[in-house]
Amino acid sequence: MNKIAKLFVTFISAITLALVSFTSSFAKVEGEYIVLGSAISLTGKYSSNGVHTQNGYNMAVERINKMGGVEVQGKKYKFEIIYYDDESNPKRAAQLAERLIKQDGVHYMLGPYSSGLTKAIAPVTEKYKIPMVEANGASRSLFTKGYKYLFAVLSPANQYLEVAIDLAVEKNGGKGVKIAQAFEQDAFSQDVRLGILDAAKRTGSEIIIDDKLPKELNDMAATLAKVKAVKPDVLVVSGHTKGALTAIRQISEMKVDVPMLAMTHCDAAKLSKQHGKKSEFALCASQWHKNLSYKDKFFGSGKKYAKDFQKEFGYDPPYQSAESSAALLVFKDAFERANSFDRDAVRDALVDTEMQTFYGNIKFGPGGQNVAKPMILFQVRCKGDDCENRVVAPTKWASDKFYHPIPKWSERS
Amino acid sequence: MDFLIFKAPMLMVQASLDGILLGILFALIAYGMALQWGVMNIINIAQGDLVILGGYIAYTIYLWGIHPAWGVIISPIIMFFVGWGLYKLVINKVVDRDLFISILATFGIAIVFQQLMNFIFGADVVVAQSEYGTTMLFDNSVTLPNSKIFSAFISVLYAIALVIYMRKSKLGRAIRATAQNARAAKILGVDTEKVYAATFGINAALCGIAGALISITLTLHPYVGLPYTVRSFMIVIVAGLGNLPAVAVSGMGLGLFEEFADYILGTEFRIGAVFMLLVLILVYRRFKLSKKREYLK
Repeated sequence: MNKIAKLFVTFISAITLALVSFTSSFAKVEGEYIVLGSAISLTGKYSSNGVHTQNGYNMAVERINKMGGVEVQGKKYKFEIIYYDDESNPKRAAQLAERLIKQDGVHYMLGPYSSGLTKAIAPVTEKYKIPMVEANGASRSLFTKGYKYLFAVLSPANQYLEVAIDLAVEKNGGKGVKIAQAFEQDAFSQDVRLGILDAAKRTGSEIIIDDKLPKELNDMAATLAKVKAVKPDVLVVSGHTKGALTAIRQISEMKVDVPMLAMTHCDAAKLSKQHGKKSEFALCASQWHKNLSYKDKFFGSGKKYAKDFQKEFGYDPPYQSAESSAALLVFKDAFERANSFDRDAVRDALVDTEMQTFYGNIKFGPGGQNVAKPMILFQVRCKGDDCENRVVAPTKWASDKFYHPIPKWSERS
Repeated sequence: MDFLIFKAPMLMVQASLDGILLGILFALIAYGMALQWGVMNIINIAQGDLVILGGYIAYTIYLWGIHPAWGVIISPIIMFFVGWGLYKLVINKVVDRDLFISILATFGIAIVFQQLMNFIFGADVVVAQSEYGTTMLFDNSVTLPNSKIFSAFISVLYAIALVIYMRKSKLGRAIRATAQNARAAKILGVDTEKVYAATFGINAALCGIAGALISITLTLHPYVGLPYTVRSFMIVIVAGLGNLPAVAVSGMGLGLFEEFADYILGTEFRIGAVFMLLVLILVYRRFKLSKKREYLK
């Protein structure tokens, strides 16, 4: 009897579960709203970039909705996003992705912030066949796993600083250069490192220092002492904002003279806020800059986007916001071309995406990465303690000449 | 590449000086930990987070336009009360329990502090600029930021002041008496409750000084507290409780060890090497203890 009772309970709960998932599958489009889901880092160590990402998403949602929304089968729909805070924790992000899909019935996802969290979510969206357009996971390993439902509007991590090596070689008269590099041990930075290794091989350059920085590291003195001793042609550092700020602090304090310093995550606003003119001449890899000449009908140009963003949120948009806004434009375009809410139809439409946004051209490669947009390099240039990013490469968009070599510390005021 | 240090003797000098200067700072944090461990039998996992909070206090006054070096005076004053408050709020409930409970409690405090700092100061890395310049030695081949020299100097100064205070003052004597035998001290009229609160406050104040020094020498981030906890734990394990000279030596030793591990094993093993050393020392201690016990039998 007991056994039968147990069976009965199991049966009932199975039916309830089935019903729940059945009803929720209608929730992808509610009334006139297309519901997107995103786990985003609003607290924890990625919270500042998480907020930039969210602001980018919100800005685009508002703009698209205001300009008529998304037209599918002759009916206008608006975007709406359900956000959950993933606390900058990959495990939590994966749970929240499950929750968005299973409980909230979300059928289209926007990415979280950072490669690590995107990596945690991608297997979930893949399992449920949920198309995800992400704007903040650049790690190469995301695009080599054969994911079919993952689309990234940004260039993969290995391309971040390749341009810098090319530039150094060019300045060296086409001959290989000596590279010193220090990378944090996280998925993203290690991919940037792979890109440098490729570039070094391609250009016949030699890597003379190859340090891996621990995640908690806030002291690079040893690496920099080595750099001082071996005098490389270019020093490459990647360790998120933390790495960039630590590097600038210690390079200036230890008076390390390198002809060229290339980094990731080194937005001039952030660097100069903390370090003033000491951050001058650093080369920074960036996905986007407002001066680029791309255009679309929603945001106009990059400059216009920056202005509107400034008005709305009170600060100059970092590229993390711009690429996040672009993700929404991609979704809108895909829905309209698919002209359906069928997930696979939308996914197929995403595969065929070929468009220009204010953020850059977007076309997805076989792994889901954006292959149509190059990375850009800008150099931090200062007047007094007031610094700004000036684009120096690629030459097509360069607004300024690349300043090389960096003057010695003894000659800097 | 890993043995570059043996080819360039100046690197050896640089590494040693960097290590010693950093080690003195570690020793200051460790001394606070040893003090409260000895007196209250509490291992404070939140030690590193108290340090970072102290750093943020210095950073805040820096934002107000005050030179961050004043942080070494302002930060400990505020942190003393933070420590006192923490004791009254949480620690007094776990102080007589076993070690595991206090570790759990301070671990909880650490998480709360991290999130609060993240909430108040943001997740961005911040630094305070002392503009102290750089000392160059040996024709420019060894460079020492003056901020590091300043921080070592201040650490030594405070350590000496604390030792004198512990010897001479009434509270200092009460703290030492409580550390030796809390029950006896109580019977003889020492207000142990007050002693505990003061000890926790002094420890937090030491963390405040160290934090202020870190804000001008290294970088601050809400989540970099743990390595400081581990380092001070390690220094205390090596030096033993209530032995300031040993704490100083073992602090500098750890600083040196870290720098040399960086050059010889590679930067990626820098903090890993500290953990490894910790395991080795614990195993060695255990080994020594077990021998002693047999002898006692």
